[in-house]
Amino acid sequence: MDLFFVNIIDGLVFGLLLFMLSSGLTLIFSMMGVLNFAHASFYMLGAYFAYQISTVLGLGFLAGLIVAPIIVGIAGAGIERYGLRRVHQYGHVPELIFTFGLALLVQEVVKLFWGQNQVPYAEPAWLDFALFNIGENSIEAYKVFMILISMLIFGGLLYILTKTRIGMIIQAALSYPKTVEALGHNVPMVFMGVFGVGTALAGVAGVIAGPALGTFPGMAFTLGSIVFVTIVVGGLGSLWGALAASLLIGWITTFAAAYNFEFKTILLALGMEEPALIWDSKLRDLWTLTLPQIGPILPYVLMVAILVFRPQGLMGKREA
Amino acid sequence: MRMLMPWIVGAIVLLVLPIFFGGRSQLTIMSQMSITVVFALAYNMLLGQGGMLSFGHAVYMGMGSFLCLHVMNMSSFGSFPLPLLPLLGGVFGLLFAIIIGSFSTRSAGTVFAMISLGIGELMAALVLIVTVFFGGEEGISGYRDEGLPFFGIEFISNLEVYYLIAIWMFIAVALMYLFSRTPVGRMANAVRDNPERAEFLGYSARRVRFVSFAVSGFFCGVAGGLSAILFEIATESDLNVTASGVILLVAFLGGIGFFWGPIIGAVVFTLLQTVLGLQTHLWELYLGVVFVGMVMFFPAGLSGIIMAHVPAAKMGKLGTLVGPYLTCVLPGILGGLGLAALIEMIFHVRSGAEGEHHMVLFWIDFSTHDVLPWLVALAVAVIGIGLAVRNAPNFKAAWENASTLPEAA
Repeated sequence: MDLFFVNIIDGLVFGLLLFMLSSGLTLIFSMMGVLNFAHASFYMLGAYFAYQISTVLGLGFLAGLIVAPIIVGIAGAGIERYGLRRVHQYGHVPELIFTFGLALLVQEVVKLFWGQNQVPYAEPAWLDFALFNIGENSIEAYKVFMILISMLIFGGLLYILTKTRIGMIIQAALSYPKTVEALGHNVPMVFMGVFGVGTALAGVAGVIAGPALGTFPGMAFTLGSIVFVTIVVGGLGSLWGALAASLLIGWITTFAAAYNFEFKTILLALGMEEPALIWDSKLRDLWTLTLPQIGPILPYVLMVAILVFRPQGLMGKREA
Repeated sequence: MRMLMPWIVGAIVLLVLPIFFGGRSQLTIMSQMSITVVFALAYNMLLGQGGMLSFGHAVYMGMGSFLCLHVMNMSSFGSFPLPLLPLLGGVFGLLFAIIIGSFSTRSAGTVFAMISLGIGELMAALVLIVTVFFGGEEGISGYRDEGLPFFGIEFISNLEVYYLIAIWMFIAVALMYLFSRTPVGRMANAVRDNPERAEFLGYSARRVRFVSFAVSGFFCGVAGGLSAILFEIATESDLNVTASGVILLVAFLGGIGFFWGPIIGAVVFTLLQTVLGLQTHLWELYLGVVFVGMVMFFPAGLSGIIMAHVPAAKMGKLGTLVGPYLTCVLPGILGGLGLAALIEMIFHVRSGAEGEHHMVLFWIDFSTHDVLPWLVALAVAVIGIGLAVRNAPNFKAAWENASTLPEAA
């Protein structure tokens, strides 16, 4: 039972982390109508910038947490202004391909500056202690810190989007850009701002996830496709759907990784006999299969199933 | 006869190429190029001609490759002629594409792209789980020369393999071209441009997409079979999402608007990969820059750039472009090379061994701890790119002048 609660917390940490990426991505999708493949690249840039600021320059973790997302956001806004807006005129497919190329490019640039290997970006010493125990498992303060930051950001985002004037304009601009423009608002500016804030959010996610999940050039691609899965499962353009899907996928992957369930049990229950020489058996993979092995692919199974049976996603209104 | 000319020239080029490039590695590069051509054209059947963006297309090539290697490892392979193996690969690719296509082609656009990504990730993960079939991380390997000798040829030498692959490539390219000229190939274009209208004409958009998808899967499988013959091994890296991304890059680089675009893309990409890959560790960075620049400024790809010269040539104004090319494009290229030199030097300083100051760049041997090489590279980069930017308006004007008809006086 202790293990169950520990996994609930771990899943929550991962789910909220996913949500920080998927919330920005889903907003950007509602705005451009195109999935941004490079979104996770901004997450990676956040982690690397924070590493550079906090560890290499020695300014401390908090400086990285504040400055790195701002730089990432500015970079994101610049890419929207000078890259995406230009490609937009060619149509959807070139736009998608542009973000795909950008993701490749960012990875190579990161490799050029910080090398192929993982960099030693660690959580700050003042958060490196066990906050409380569940049974024999200690929960680190850093995990709780990650949860708090994510919740804070979600609360802030929700408040801005639903309660403030700027939020109203953004929401209106997403649905009826022409009308909002006719009312005298600078819609391209709004889009650039949303893109900048969305990428800055991804940057925050990178800053706090870098120490926990590792800061290496492949981190964008590892997480990037999972973020896609999240917003497709949640329903493209839906913020609440993104939250639900993030938590769902966070828990699914965490639980699948934690419980060493063997498929042998099912086969034995079906009345099959375990072969004596397992390595000669044609079904050896089925006999040795465990849940942690298939854990990483469960999100993709979920996504394909959702796309086939409910293309609008869990809470989406329109078809993907 | 005029229509047949490119094909005859192509066949002759394929036939005589080994006379000029007969080395072992050159033959391998050309074989690899031919395989990429087949794969890129099969991919463009979806992207260019059908308007479907796939992020998991390496799966069909990889499946063809794995299954062909299993055939090569069968005890009865000794009575099977090797040249027919790619056909089997094609059938495997087709079957697999029929299974996946039955549900993924229901709509184009994002749904299709995301399903293809999901399937791609799933299959890449399955390779490592299902070791009976995929051989885990080592993959599956076999020997091509164990097949039934084909008129006495056993396909041991690289030259024999090259000709086998080149002939298959020629046949596959011709078939794909003919497919694009059939009614169903034309309908694929119609469904790409306006699915609603195609439906009103009585065609099922889904069915048209499905047919394109299945045929594309067939040719991907053929490419997979050829790759099994050439490399005699198939691993996870043959069908993962990176491999799928590469083929998207190849097709787009060549240009998806013309049938022959991806052929250029495949040739240029393979050359970059093998030749540039030998020269620098950073070739992927340069590739990324070229790719992003291409999407931003020339979304029609290399074939689009080439075809843009046709109107000027027809009006006999190609000569007026030489000057602007010399004053704008040439400095731009030189400046780009200067920039690349700077990047190479930074990379050398940062990741070279301790105390290792010597590097050779563009056939010049120098020390990275002198100031002069940095200044030279910086000057070339700044002056080259500066000139290119300054002359860009002239270039644009000359270009517009050359590709429009003169005003009627």
